[in-house]
Amino acid sequence: MEIMDIQILIAGSAGEGIQTIGDLLGKVMQTQGYSLFTWQEFESRIRGGQNSYRLRISETPKNAPREEADILLGMNPEASKKYLPFLKDNGILVSEFNDDMDNTITIPFSELSREEFGKKIFANTIAIGAVCGMLGVEKSVFSRILEDTFSRKGTSVVETNQQAALKGYDLAKEACGDKCTWRLPKRWADYYVIPGHEAVSLASIYAGCRFIAAYPMSPSTGIITWLSRNEKEFGVFSEQAEDEIAAINMAIGAGFAGARAMTATSGGGFALMAEGISLAGMTETPVVIVLAQRPGPATGLPTRTAQGDLLFAINAGHGEFPRLVMAPANAEDAFHKTVKAFNLAEKYQIPVILLTDQFLADSQFSYEQFAHNKIPPEYYRSDPGAFDNYRRYDVSVENGVSPRLFPGQSAHLVGADSDEHNERGHITEDLSGEAIRMSNKRMDKMGALQREIDLPEQQSVSSADTVLVGWGSTREAILESLDLLNAKDFRVGMMHFTELWPPPDVSFSGDKKYIVVEGNATGQLEQLLRAQYGLVAAGHVRRWDGLPITADYIAEKVLNDGNETV
Amino acid sequence: METKRFDNEVENQWCPGCSNFGILKALKTTLSELGKRPDEVCIVSGIGQAAKLPHYLNCNFFNGLHGRAIPVATGIHAANPELTTLVVTGDGDCYGEGGNHFLHMMRRNPDICVIIHNNELYALTKGQASPTTPLGEKRTLPAGLVENRPLNMLGVAIIHDTGFVARGFAGQIDHLAGLFKEGISHKGLSIIEVIQPCITWGGQPASRYKERVRELDDNYDAGDRLAAMETVLHEKGTVPVGVLYRGSQRPVFAERYRTQVSDRPMYEFVSTDDAVMMNTLNRYKSA
Repeated sequence: MEIMDIQILIAGSAGEGIQTIGDLLGKVMQTQGYSLFTWQEFESRIRGGQNSYRLRISETPKNAPREEADILLGMNPEASKKYLPFLKDNGILVSEFNDDMDNTITIPFSELSREEFGKKIFANTIAIGAVCGMLGVEKSVFSRILEDTFSRKGTSVVETNQQAALKGYDLAKEACGDKCTWRLPKRWADYYVIPGHEAVSLASIYAGCRFIAAYPMSPSTGIITWLSRNEKEFGVFSEQAEDEIAAINMAIGAGFAGARAMTATSGGGFALMAEGISLAGMTETPVVIVLAQRPGPATGLPTRTAQGDLLFAINAGHGEFPRLVMAPANAEDAFHKTVKAFNLAEKYQIPVILLTDQFLADSQFSYEQFAHNKIPPEYYRSDPGAFDNYRRYDVSVENGVSPRLFPGQSAHLVGADSDEHNERGHITEDLSGEAIRMSNKRMDKMGALQREIDLPEQQSVSSADTVLVGWGSTREAILESLDLLNAKDFRVGMMHFTELWPPPDVSFSGDKKYIVVEGNATGQLEQLLRAQYGLVAAGHVRRWDGLPITADYIAEKVLNDGNETV
Repeated sequence: METKRFDNEVENQWCPGCSNFGILKALKTTLSELGKRPDEVCIVSGIGQAAKLPHYLNCNFFNGLHGRAIPVATGIHAANPELTTLVVTGDGDCYGEGGNHFLHMMRRNPDICVIIHNNELYALTKGQASPTTPLGEKRTLPAGLVENRPLNMLGVAIIHDTGFVARGFAGQIDHLAGLFKEGISHKGLSIIEVIQPCITWGGQPASRYKERVRELDDNYDAGDRLAAMETVLHEKGTVPVGVLYRGSQRPVFAERYRTQVSDRPMYEFVSTDDAVMMNTLNRYKSA
């Protein structure tokens, strides 16, 4: 039997409710016991444009985007037209507009809503019902989801929505005839469905974060929003800063005073933070910075995805200082990497940069299990009682890590300076003495830090003659592309980096072809691999049009011999 | 007043005879008279001659980046409200490089005392014009005479109803200490600008400042916002010193958090426990 794997594409203008439709359909699928993966791509506007919300439904998790859909729900004629190329040959378009194409189901959502229920606002619920009807979902499931969703608005709202959904359901079933072969019987699985950036927020509370300052910038804003909304429950203080410069300096101030502190931004805001990252390096103040990538340069494509800031993250900030740069693969990995970020920021007293992107931020991933404590929070705090004569920047330490106390914690005074400084944090110009010793002490952290770095994940590498090398949120797509390529008799494996700086201690085999897969135009990982390991890649698959890399995209480019043109 | 507990042995890098020494003395006296211990105090600064002050006063300190003292202090204050957090800054640091932070600090009203050494020029970078250099002065930069109008940031502070707005003179140490004492004791934001003649780069002899300084008279009503604006707008060749304005009482930055969530220093917190995490993650399942 063919493995069930259904792609639904909901397309419409901003303001037409595709987010609500997608979220509700997702809940229906999850409640029905299916694994769910969703991703979104949208324009930078509040009304109008054409956006899409994709759902992937399967029996076991398939947390990767695909290019083509089985069902396209078009909320307006332009949306249907724009996304029709993404419908499979045997896929079905469902919309309220007559179309003389084959495989089209026409249901007048708005007209029905007005005629049967007196208002236009039930059109989306009719559409949800229609998709459920096409998929053969049990009626009781979506009725219950609608009840949960609208119960705050009273029983009549719940009932009208349920009737509207049933109307759509029955009409779709009727219109389907034998075209809709899907069946989604109730399963007894219950997956965790977690959005990428919500995993970062959840992990930060687990890791003991108590402070976030940030300036709203897509696609990073969800992190501070979630923490702020849940302030009373989890106790994270959040402040909307006047700019990203203030945001990182506030986080550094809070970190200096002993709070586990973070900030989150995208490329442009990160550029403003560069000076602050250097300050964290110099004052040895732990801080976690989420850099949610979107295409640049400048404002770029504000709501789209990219992997264009890897080399920037590694190099941002004037002067030289140790830092850690990680790029999580998916929601689960984002959770664990966030905890690791807080742990190592405190252990080594350094800035830690988490590279996410719009795709990872806004996608929902399914997991059968979610062991939150795979990497537990660790604290590296000193006992004020252990010191007679406390020196914040004691140079006689191992690995460059001096004991860190907090101002006001004890009678010991704590000083920090952005100037080069002596062991007590006071300005020094003693070039051959205090200054060079302090500089060396900071850089001493690099060796130990490098030993904390996880090696890249390897899949089917030993049997492969071609290895796809990637980093960050492209993991699931690369992994899926291996199946597509293996089916074409390619012997491919995957090597995937989620911890990128300091560079992991890894080697490349001379008798394999390495193809570097990444979401940018200039091959930033490829450049890094050449600089750090002398690797000359045999080819690359690059995407920089603002959309996520998919297995289909990779397979097509690899089959066309690494021609990277978008 | 005995100020020994706030003395330290760090070599002072200011020019001999600098009026900053008067400000330093006034601050040590104030902290001593308020009965503060060095470990209760945290002074935050940016870059410039004024910003070196925390090195010469025995307490906790964070000497950060140019213009960025205010956000660092805001973070420290949020993370540990038990500290007496001060910002010591200059006209270039605070009104130039850090102007945006200065504005938004007024919206937040943190319980921080901000002391701005105003010498009307850049001293550490050798005599350029600053945001407060008077029109027509000759500085090492720009070429010609200064053509850009000076900022009136005390006026800005009054417009934004800052709780405590004062001006002092580095040459009147006792009077200045009185202002510091009130400013530090004020619950909420206090802004104290100190006229600090630069003996190296200044265009006028220090005595010229002394002649113009006038203490506000006893009848002056610091609660009258329009009178305060009038005072800072029409100085008529004099420099009024004293408490210029006392704003209305309003919530202090992070007060709601401290009342509803926690008023403990944030270094005391640890991770969210396993049971809470498991319950929280279970919300992401359907059942």
